Amino acid sequence: MKRRDFLKIATLTLAGVSVKPLTNLFTKPALADISSQGTQRGLPQWVMVVDLDICGKKDECTDCIEACNRVHNIPLIKDSRHEVKWIWNAPFDSIFREQGFGRVHEEWPKKSVPVLCNHCENPPCVAVCPTKATWKREDGIVMMDYHRCIGCRYCVAACPYGARSFNWKDPRPYIKEIHRDFPTRTKGVVEKCNFCEERLARNLVPACVEACKEGGLIFGDIRKEDSMVRKILSTRLSIRRKPHLGTEPKVYYLL
Amino acid sequence: MIEKTLHGTQRYWMWVGFLFLLVVIGFVSYLVQLREGLGITGMGRDISWGLYIANFTFLVGIAASAVMVVLPYYLHNVKQFGKITILGEFLAVAAVVMTVLFIIVDLGQPSRVFNILLHPSPTSLLFWDMVVLSGYLLLNLFCGWYTLDAIDKEEAPPRWVKPLILISIPWAISIHTVTAFIFCGLSARPFWLTALLAPRFLASAFASGPALLILLCYGVQRFMNFDVGKDGIRKVALIVTYATVINLFFLLVELFTVFYSSIPDHMGHFIYLFKGTGGTGILSACMWFSLILLVCAIILLVRPETRHNERLLPWICGMVLVSIWIEKGLGLLIPGFIPTPLHEIVSYVPTVPEVLITVGIYGMGGLLVTLFFKIVVHVQISKAG
Repeated sequence: MKRRDFLKIATLTLAGVSVKPLTNLFTKPALADISSQGTQRGLPQWVMVVDLDICGKKDECTDCIEACNRVHNIPLIKDSRHEVKWIWNAPFDSIFREQGFGRVHEEWPKKSVPVLCNHCENPPCVAVCPTKATWKREDGIVMMDYHRCIGCRYCVAACPYGARSFNWKDPRPYIKEIHRDFPTRTKGVVEKCNFCEERLARNLVPACVEACKEGGLIFGDIRKEDSMVRKILSTRLSIRRKPHLGTEPKVYYLL
Repeated sequence: MIEKTLHGTQRYWMWVGFLFLLVVIGFVSYLVQLREGLGITGMGRDISWGLYIANFTFLVGIAASAVMVVLPYYLHNVKQFGKITILGEFLAVAAVVMTVLFIIVDLGQPSRVFNILLHPSPTSLLFWDMVVLSGYLLLNLFCGWYTLDAIDKEEAPPRWVKPLILISIPWAISIHTVTAFIFCGLSARPFWLTALLAPRFLASAFASGPALLILLCYGVQRFMNFDVGKDGIRKVALIVTYATVINLFFLLVELFTVFYSSIPDHMGHFIYLFKGTGGTGILSACMWFSLILLVCAIILLVRPETRHNERLLPWICGMVLVSIWIEKGLGLLIPGFIPTPLHEIVSYVPTVPEVLITVGIYGMGGLLVTLFFKIVVHVQISKAG
């Protein structure tokens, strides 16, 4: 082989090999793949189910919200612009309006429904983060690194569920009692529900699930055949928020 | 050449001093924001980007529009743009510096900004925006500076300048395209979720940037006794004419698609923008004002008699600038967030410190433009004379 031909073939080969990584640069990584890798390695895939038959029976119940606020050192800020919320109540109509239930079921639109981060299978917030301060774990939990976040709030704009909160001011003066098991945050970073990964690591269910004495919140591993969540979801009709966006939420609502 | 900025009339120093004062006021306000957090602005959990990102978007357009004089001059040899082109390049430099400042003041943790380089994330458009904006800054700085230096030394510019100028042409398009992609790639915000956003950004950029350039040319003529040439200004005014018409056309196309298809999620934002339902109505009043200005400017621009009227043209350019500053500033940003993903209407009013920081950054840009133009004018006058 001539030197020139060798160089030609070598260059073409190199160019060919680099096409895939180059195109990968421009496409969102298949975030769903991360979960399937986790499944292959035997990791759980966490899912939450909110039973709307049970939830809301007790008038103005906020047990789950208070439990979450307590264990995660969430500041109680009065000004609605600066509020930090991990789990909160929203009107049924405002979160499921696209699905058009209003006319069929008169009571549902008036219902108050707990909402939280959906830990999407394809989280838009992860794709837009310029520093990888938010990422998806192999067990499907969408995590935040409060120390890497630069506070650009691109993830806040990208979340279709309004699930992300920014610390518009120092949150510490607004925390009633600091819970020593979980870090407090600083001003200028984004935060959100973490599916209580710190509790899962200690074999505890999320704080909100534990706090709901009525059993309106069910949590578990969808991968396990005998798990409660899997049984319920395979027998009862459930809906998710904004399914048309293809984010594949992991929080299901039972009607 | 920098030493040329050190000699000037009393009026020059007063102007520089005034701009410097704005910078100082902005900087002090920023120190307050740094201590208290972004809570001192009018933004909040629902409207999480405001005046800063609005001005960032607008100024990326101003920066990109330099291509409208660079391209005709270098590719089509439009001689009338000889004196304007270099002004355009330096205006682009000042505009890019302002965009970077607007991004930095918008960050919650500005000290961590280099995390973008430490953990490069190609899936994030903000990462790409950093790449293209810094590249564009360097391209224009080098092209402008070495071209001017060559004029000063009365020799041909270095050979490597020409290829850089050619690269800067598509690069200019890229900065505004990437900026549009920041918004139009978000499934959460139907208002921005349109393939027309990047073309719209470019059209409004090519209207607002050249309009500002004309105003600056008039300023240079009046205060620095430097005539860039009537023909050049007329040609730039023609570019403004076409761009404003295309901009209005794009807006109407957008409105047709949204309202004829009648998807509630998409319509909601436009209804809020033009009717202000449930809000304070200030934004929709501004938007209507912007539209009226745009239409009036178009009417005045398409008629050659009014477009060529040297007394009228600066006013028309001012109308175009104000109109587009509203339309692709807060008029583009706020309706993206409202109605919120939970269908709520929330209002946004910038606070005093937020406005002062913004003014400070414009002061910085004004200072850069003044100093750059001072050098350019000085070099060109001394060589021509």
